[in-house]
Amino acid sequence: MRSRWALLLSGLATVSLMQPAFAEGGSMILPKTVEAGNSFSIQTPGTGGATLYIVGPGQVLKRDVQLGQITFFPAGSLYNAGRYLVVLAGESSTETDSFDVVPASKPAVLSFLAKPSRLPVGLHDGITGAVYVFDAYHNLIAVPTPVSFELSSPSGNVQKHIVDTKDGAAWTVMDSTAQQGIDRFVARVGEISSIRVVGQVPGDPCGLKMNAQQSGQQVQLATDPVRDCNGNAVPDGTIVTFTATYNGSQSTIDQPLKHGIAEVKMSAHNGAKFTVASGVVMGNQIRWEK
Amino acid sequence: MNKGSLLAMFLAASTVALILVGTVWPVQSAVAYAGAGSLLRSSSTPESAATNLADEIRMQAWDKAYASLANKAQFTEPEFVHDIIGYDSSLRTYATLESFEIVPLHASANDAEIRIKLHWSTVVGAYVSTRDLHVVKNGDGWEPEWPIVKEPIVPPQVITVNYLRWDVIYRGSGDDWGAQDVEAPHVRIVDMHTVERAEGVVILGELLNEDVVPAYVSVTATLLSKSQSSIATEGSFDKISHLLLPKQVTPFLINFPNVALSEVGSVRMVPSSTLVSASADPVIEIEDQQLNPAPGASLTGQLKNQSGQVVNVAHVLGTFYDKNGQVVWVADEYIDRALLPQIPVPFEIHIPQDLANKVSSQRTVIATYSSGGSQ
Repeated sequence: MRSRWALLLSGLATVSLMQPAFAEGGSMILPKTVEAGNSFSIQTPGTGGATLYIVGPGQVLKRDVQLGQITFFPAGSLYNAGRYLVVLAGESSTETDSFDVVPASKPAVLSFLAKPSRLPVGLHDGITGAVYVFDAYHNLIAVPTPVSFELSSPSGNVQKHIVDTKDGAAWTVMDSTAQQGIDRFVARVGEISSIRVVGQVPGDPCGLKMNAQQSGQQVQLATDPVRDCNGNAVPDGTIVTFTATYNGSQSTIDQPLKHGIAEVKMSAHNGAKFTVASGVVMGNQIRWEK
Repeated sequence: MNKGSLLAMFLAASTVALILVGTVWPVQSAVAYAGAGSLLRSSSTPESAATNLADEIRMQAWDKAYASLANKAQFTEPEFVHDIIGYDSSLRTYATLESFEIVPLHASANDAEIRIKLHWSTVVGAYVSTRDLHVVKNGDGWEPEWPIVKEPIVPPQVITVNYLRWDVIYRGSGDDWGAQDVEAPHVRIVDMHTVERAEGVVILGELLNEDVVPAYVSVTATLLSKSQSSIATEGSFDKISHLLLPKQVTPFLINFPNVALSEVGSVRMVPSSTLVSASADPVIEIEDQQLNPAPGASLTGQLKNQSGQVVNVAHVLGTFYDKNGQVVWVADEYIDRALLPQIPVPFEIHIPQDLANKVSSQRTVIATYSSGGSQ
């Protein structure tokens, strides 16, 4: 029994004597931070051979290194921002340390969210734009960066806001203009830009008016060109409802606008009352007398 | 032998016994449906003659049904069949006769008047069609005369359709995640009321497509208790016109069976819309709309298809308002005939007896479905 204890103690003493040489020569020398995609180097202490592991978000590097020398990592070796663990594994022990990979300082990609893609004209704060700024490796750049938002309409009207990013994001709100059309919404950071389009469409019909005239045995009802309150032509396909009321009986037709107007033929009863509406907007009323 | 084995033997023996009984003494209807016999009885009375005809219609035994008619010289068998199942694809084409009622109206020694009520089942629910038969005595038996309604013929012609159509291109899978997709149409509930009926709580209202593009719409409502816990969630299902063109308004009705209004603290409404491809045609005129007072209060009128496209199924929705313009009821009817160009087709929407006196005005909308497209 005593001899077994002696054997165990002598084994432990042997292992302790086999500690790696790098433990005696100090610690690894690492950069505190590395910009994503940049080259960097790590100096290892001691002598002999070892294996160097660098483990981080989505990336693992492994290098066989000669202790006491500087190990170089070329540009593009590490590109995901985050904290990286460095493990130097010798024959019988390891040393660990860590450093940070930070996003590149130069913006390369903008993710631009513009909402909505279609809205009525003349809406205050109706358009929102949000930008996320990324480097070439799609790391979110968290340092404040000025972003220029520019909304330009076909009529030449331009709204421009410059907003600094906060935690990588910047946002703004804009008004839709009084004129319908496709607006260009541009977000720009330095030379990088992203473009979205925002369709400004006419609002509800305004001053809806129809006229009536005899057409054979029927009466032809036709609206004037239908426009919204800003003078924009209401698009074709918009439903206009014609209603004829006569002697307690009613007839209705939902007619889409074609070429800016809606027209229908309805029975021409003497004393009939015709009304026109579109959505919740009422138009004029005509009493038909032959 | 354990109990399980005994039960298995008993079940096997019972099955064999029942098969033997069914084979040796089959019920009459089973024989008829198997094609080895007939449900028909002797046409010795006007009622039995009408019953036989209805049974033949139910079994779609068109040859026998046509052969049994007294007035078959007035029309061909295809005309008779089309009068029942429709000329063009419609609800009737895919309907099955579930049951029928025979109501004698008048009888003499040589002729009789019989009313048959045919209860059809379709994918959108049941509907009833009524025909009054003149039944005449022929020798010892009776033969019904079919009151044929010949479908009007649309003359050959070319109808120019300069229709509007919306097509949609959605974002692709390869687009940047920040890229815009097409905006969903903006819709708005413009009126809403919660009422209590004998069957439960009903939510009525109207939904407007306030956008410039077509929308496929639906409305979901959640009843919340006074403590804001959810009681039930229901959708408008088919009590709505799902496709709304720009600035079009549809009524909707949502049923909450077996819920009392006193339990409800608030209602959460969720209108939803999706941008869809659509066509502005066909345009349907709803003419001669008339509110008929109680008893049997109803809204009647006629649908006239103004386009050249046959409408296979038409769904008419009536919104009923009181004298203050508040929605008091929403009711609907599916038209069982196809709408042919320029051919008026009548409709009748029933109004609940207790609400008939409150109804002061109405608005009717129509949803149409055509094979190869819908609106």
